[in-house]
Amino acid sequence: MARYFLKGNEAVVVGALVAGCESFYGYPITPASEIAHAASEYFPTLGRTFLQAESELASINMVYGAASTGQRTMTASSSPGISLMCEGISYMAGCELPCLVVDIMRAGPGLGNIGAEQSDYNQLTKGGGHGDYLTIVLAPNSVQEMIDFAILGFDLADKYRNPVVIAADGVIGQMMESVSFPEDYTPLYQDKPWALTGDKNSERRLHTSIYIENDELEAHNMRLQEKFSRMKAAEQRAEEYMTEDAELLLVGYGSVSRQLKAVVNNVRQRGVKAGLFRPVTISPFPAVRLEKCIRGKKRIVVAEMSSGQLHYDVKALVGNDIPISLIGKLGGNLIEEESILREVL
Amino acid sequence: MKKIFKKSDGFYDTFFRKPGDDKQSTTYCSGCGHGIVHKLVAEALVDLDMLDKTTFISPVGCSVFAYYYFKCGNIEAAHGRAPAVATGIKRALPESYVVSYQGDGDLAAIGTAEIIHAANRGENITVIFVNNAVYGMTGGQMAPTTLIDQKTTTTPRGRSRENEGMPIKVAELIATLPAPVYVERTSLHDISHIMKTRLAIRKALRFQKEGKGFTLIEVLSQCPTNWKVKPDQAGEWIKKHMLPYYDLGVFRDTSREAEQRTGGPMNRKASDHLKPGKLMEKIGIKSESESLHSSFSEKMTIDHELKIRIAGFGGQGVLYLGQILCQLALKNEYRATWFPAYGPAMRGGTANCSVVLSNREIASPIFSMSDILVAMNQPSFDKFSPFVSPDGYLFCNSSIISVEPDYEAELRDRRIKLVSIEATSLAEEAGFSFSSNIVILGKILKTLPYFHKEDVFSLIKRKFRNKEKLIQFNVKAFTLGFEA
Repeated sequence: MARYFLKGNEAVVVGALVAGCESFYGYPITPASEIAHAASEYFPTLGRTFLQAESELASINMVYGAASTGQRTMTASSSPGISLMCEGISYMAGCELPCLVVDIMRAGPGLGNIGAEQSDYNQLTKGGGHGDYLTIVLAPNSVQEMIDFAILGFDLADKYRNPVVIAADGVIGQMMESVSFPEDYTPLYQDKPWALTGDKNSERRLHTSIYIENDELEAHNMRLQEKFSRMKAAEQRAEEYMTEDAELLLVGYGSVSRQLKAVVNNVRQRGVKAGLFRPVTISPFPAVRLEKCIRGKKRIVVAEMSSGQLHYDVKALVGNDIPISLIGKLGGNLIEEESILREVL
Repeated sequence: MKKIFKKSDGFYDTFFRKPGDDKQSTTYCSGCGHGIVHKLVAEALVDLDMLDKTTFISPVGCSVFAYYYFKCGNIEAAHGRAPAVATGIKRALPESYVVSYQGDGDLAAIGTAEIIHAANRGENITVIFVNNAVYGMTGGQMAPTTLIDQKTTTTPRGRSRENEGMPIKVAELIATLPAPVYVERTSLHDISHIMKTRLAIRKALRFQKEGKGFTLIEVLSQCPTNWKVKPDQAGEWIKKHMLPYYDLGVFRDTSREAEQRTGGPMNRKASDHLKPGKLMEKIGIKSESESLHSSFSEKMTIDHELKIRIAGFGGQGVLYLGQILCQLALKNEYRATWFPAYGPAMRGGTANCSVVLSNREIASPIFSMSDILVAMNQPSFDKFSPFVSPDGYLFCNSSIISVEPDYEAELRDRRIKLVSIEATSLAEEAGFSFSSNIVILGKILKTLPYFHKEDVFSLIKRKFRNKEKLIQFNVKAFTLGFEA
């Protein structure tokens, strides 16, 4: 199988192209800009649309327009830009329009800096925009997963008619690794009887999130909630590494999970029975898997590049039965293996 | 008897989406201008044979429910965002027509950026801009187009120039841009002006149909409810208050010069479904596994995670040196990760990257202690030399780095092998001062023969394809480093 050496930010674009994404609307921001660079190069080469919008608000609303036609479409940004896009994501969830949003998370709040953080966790998994909605949030920890999740993300978006987010931290966006592509791929869920097609078929089709009658809106929301329940039941994903006999369970996602894996390898050599639980979907949170995984564990350590946002969800599930501690690194600083070792040994 | 005044065929026969029992009348107040503008647009879409191919964008504001009425594809946009939504639709369906219908709060306040940029890109859409100098739906607050001294629920003392600024003249503003094809302001205050509005709307839609580009019609329209006048007095109100400030007429018409947009970048057709391999070929991304020289007999093998840090000035090829090491590893069926220190540090100043090569899955691309440090300048040497593991290697560009004898002794104590190479001067000797990274690569592979030099040459050839001179310089640089 052909191997390619790609940067995370480039890989997610190529993955999207493989998935049949027809248009990219975006606005540059570090550390996500290479996504726009690659998209501006490759989309037009393939006869697809790339447009640099005037803002993140415009980007997500162009995506909203493109998605309403049934086209696979995407945007990408980093944390401050995602904050602006939350308006549009809420509208798209309300209208049930599919799209892929890539967030290369940087340090906040406010302008913060361009270092890697994971502090968009709450924004992405708990809403961000207004109203009761949920998006599927995939958290890659390798360049390969930037490709795999771009493809999976579009399939899930179309399956549920809902925005899907790829939440990668700056490390995953910036790093290079060797990757491969599926030999062949055909987009799933391409029957879209709801799409605006610019012809007579669309005469009675409408995309709106306004339901002026309370009862109608409630009914609409109940339908959405039912869909979100299905998403929660079917789309929880997690990776476990050496958890079977582990007494010490490390929990982390994204690039942090790579460091945690190195720590597991390291301390296993010293006779410490450690294992790694990595949420692959941070929304829906893989509660079912984690609940099973924590059985018999003596200690849990959560590591994240944020101030306990993941820890909160883990703690909510674990309760007080197992001691649980947090390594939360902020400010764009990476968590070094040594600091995890200090905590766990 | 022939009906001469009837509901347009551009409207749904019954307004099935409208809640309540009355599915025939609109949601608008009596005397409101929206009903008139709706009818003019609907009739034009039918008469120009555009209706079936039209997507109508309803805005936020009183016309939020325009989709109750227009018999075509409908979509509702967030406040101010309609021109962006229109852009997404039109780019996806370039053969179709898009009408973006917006009020003054929507278009001229919260959506200023979107309208200006859609206009400036010359999107082939038609914007109907209804200006009634007030926020209707929200309860009669000030709009960007509210007139000086006009009382609204947020300007109870009247709009003042000092506090709120002057009313925005949208048509004039949009007409200053080079791209729009047709911009006109009309009014609904009497029959003859309604007829002029009718013509303007038809013209704008026709230009879209002809592929000419962006059109905007600003319509001065009645809001008797919020103006607190009787419906039959609202036309008078426009005449008295709006016309003195808002000139009517055509502000821009380049329809004659406007080129047909067909075939331009906006008219891209959906691309064929390509298999990934074919797709990669088309966008020019090459695979890493084309040639192997792994028969090299004296080759060292990597049987652990080899952690390499490369640091120097931006512009010394620090990042590329890391990448080429990864590519060499991949050619030889190892795993490799590359991670740069990114951001402002890369825009002048220092640069560094972390490389991990391994014969198995690489856990983390990040490390603090390295097995190999390549220091290309003094600050990098000073910063990173304390973080080299025992038995590690420190490659140092001795052209610009000086190592104190005391420190050399300390490195020996730490069992670190210091390998000095005059990288900067050898690069100059090779004829290309930017190739000090490749000089060092030569030295690394001489010291640690993990990879065959033929692999290096093929990667150099690929990197600088069609630039014969650069290939020669870099091959020479490598050889000088290898033999130094």
